[in-house]
Amino acid sequence: MNLQTTITQTNNKQSRTLPWGQLGIRSLALGYLTLMLIIPLLIILQDGLREGFVEFWRQVTLPTAWHALKLTLWTSALMTVINIMMGTLTAFVLVRYEFPGKTILNGIIDLPLAIPTLVTGVMLVILFGPQEVLGSWLKEQFDFSVIYAPPGIILALLFLTFPFVVRSVQPVLMELDLAQERAAATLGAGGWTIFRRIILPPLTLPVVTGALLSFARAIGEFGSIVIVAGNIPFLSQTAAVYVFGEVESENRLGASAVSIVMVAIAYSLLMLADYLRKRSKSSKRELT
Amino acid sequence: MSVTISSHTTQTKEQSSLLTWIDKNKGKWTSWILIAIVVFYVTFLILTPITALAFGAFEKGIGEIISSLNQPDVFLAFWNTLWISLVVVTIHAIFGTLVAWVFVRHRFPGRNLINGLVDMPFAVSPVVAGYMLLLLFGRNGILAPVIEQLGIQVAFAMPGMLLATMFVTLPFMIRELIPVLEAFDTRQEKAAATLGANGWQTFWRVTFPALRWGMIYGITLTFARALGEFGAVLVIGGGVQGRTETATLFIYRALEERQYIGAYSAALVLGLFSLILVLGSDWLRRRKH
Repeated sequence: MNLQTTITQTNNKQSRTLPWGQLGIRSLALGYLTLMLIIPLLIILQDGLREGFVEFWRQVTLPTAWHALKLTLWTSALMTVINIMMGTLTAFVLVRYEFPGKTILNGIIDLPLAIPTLVTGVMLVILFGPQEVLGSWLKEQFDFSVIYAPPGIILALLFLTFPFVVRSVQPVLMELDLAQERAAATLGAGGWTIFRRIILPPLTLPVVTGALLSFARAIGEFGSIVIVAGNIPFLSQTAAVYVFGEVESENRLGASAVSIVMVAIAYSLLMLADYLRKRSKSSKRELT
Repeated sequence: MSVTISSHTTQTKEQSSLLTWIDKNKGKWTSWILIAIVVFYVTFLILTPITALAFGAFEKGIGEIISSLNQPDVFLAFWNTLWISLVVVTIHAIFGTLVAWVFVRHRFPGRNLINGLVDMPFAVSPVVAGYMLLLLFGRNGILAPVIEQLGIQVAFAMPGMLLATMFVTLPFMIRELIPVLEAFDTRQEKAAATLGANGWQTFWRVTFPALRWGMIYGITLTFARALGEFGAVLVIGGGVQGRTETATLFIYRALEERQYIGAYSAALVLGLFSLILVLGSDWLRRRKH
C-alpha cells in the first residue's frame, strides 16, 4: 500500500513536470464525461426536485406510478432469482462436463448481447402473441397469457440478462481446485454436501455480482417490454413505460420524479456490485 | 457417389463418438439430467424465439419480405440507423480511448466517483436518457435559448438522436480498454522513449498496437448497441416517418400499424446484422489468439 502511494506521488510529480500535453488530455477526457454524463444526470435531479421533496414524493406515490414501480421491482426480482439458479447451473455444466455441442452452447449464451432488445420483444410476440399458435393454446388450455402480462416481462428480462450470471460465475468455477472436492468425497461427503459446502461458498460473490448487474439492467429495460407488455396501467405498465407515457403527455414533474427513483436504484445497485468486486480483489491479494 | 459414401462414414463416426460418450457416462445420471436441463432452458429461452422470428418473417414467402422492405421510408430508416451508429462509434473510439487512458494513467481527486459513474448508462433506462436530453434541449429546455441563438435543432432532429445514442453506448469502449491498458507494461513505452521516440510516436508505434484488439471489441459492442437503440432515440427523436425514423423506430411503427411482415422482416434484418457483427469480431479475436 505504501509503495503504491509513493508510485502515485511520483506519477503526480511526473505529470506536473510535463503539464501541457497531459493536462490537455485529462481535461478533454473529463470535459467529455461531464458533458455526456454528469450534466444530464444533474439536470434530471434538479427537475424532479424543483417543487420540493413533498411534491416529488407525491408524484412517485401516485397510484399508477407506484404500481408501475412495484411491477418493475417484483418482475426484476423474480427474473433475478431464476437467473441466479439457471445461470449458476449453466456455468457449472459448461465448466465441469464434456458433452457433444458444448462449444455451440457456450456461444449461444452471448447471443442476447448481440440482439437489439426491441427485436427480442418482437420474437416473444411472434411466439406467444394471443393470435399465434402457442399463445392461443396457452390461453385456451390454461387461461395463461404471456403477452400483455407480467410473464412476458419476466421472459423478456430473462432473455436479455441471461449472460450476466453465467459469465460472472464461469471464470471463478474454472479456477476452483478439484482436490478439495476429492478430499471431501474421501471423507464421505455426498454430491449435494460437496456442492453446498465446498463449491458454493467461493461462488457466492460472483453470483451476487452477476445478479446485481442483471437486476440493474432489468430496472430500466424499455424496448422489449413496450412490445411484450404494452402499456396497460395497473397490469403491465413498468416504470420505464410509465416515464415514456408521462413524457408524451407532458407531465414533466411525474416523469422526472419516477426517473430519479429509477436512476437512484440503478446507481446504488452498480455501486454495490463495484464494492463487492473490489472487496473480492483485495481479499485475493491478502491470500497470496 | 463418393460424396454419399463420405457423408455416410462421417455420420457413423459421429454416431460412434456419441455412443462412446454415452458409454463413458453410463450411470452418471445427475450429470445427464443437469446437462439436459441446461440445454432445454437455453433452447427454450434463446433459440426458440430466434427461430420464431425467422418463421414469422418468412410466413408469406420471400417476395412479401422484399416488397415490405423495399420502400423509401424503410431505406431511410435503416440509413439513419447506420450513419448514427457510424458517427457514434467514431466519436467513442477517440474519446473512449482518451477516457480509459486518463483513468488508468492519471490520479486526480474524484477519480473513483467518476469511474463509478461511467457505468451508469448501462443501468439508466434509455427512456430516461432520452428524457434528460429533452430537459436540456427541448422546447422549454435549459439550453433552448442557446440552441435557438445558434440556429441548430437538437430535439426531434438528428443531433439529439446522436447524443442519445452516444449516452447509451458510453461505457462499452471505456470498459473494454481499461483492463487492456492496466495489463500493458509501461516499460515498453519507456524503452521507446529512451530510444528517442517522441510522445506521439510512442503512442502510435508501441501503445496503440497493444490496444488494437480491445478497441476492435469495444467498437463492435458499441456498434451493436447503437444499431439496436430504441427508447432514447424514440423520446428525443420522436420517430417522425421519413425524417427521424431509425430501423428500430420503423419496427415499432410497423407493429403499431399492424404491418406484421414488415416489422418481422426489419427485425430479422437488424438482428442478423448485429449478430454477424458481434460473432464476426468474436471469431476474428479467437483466430488471433
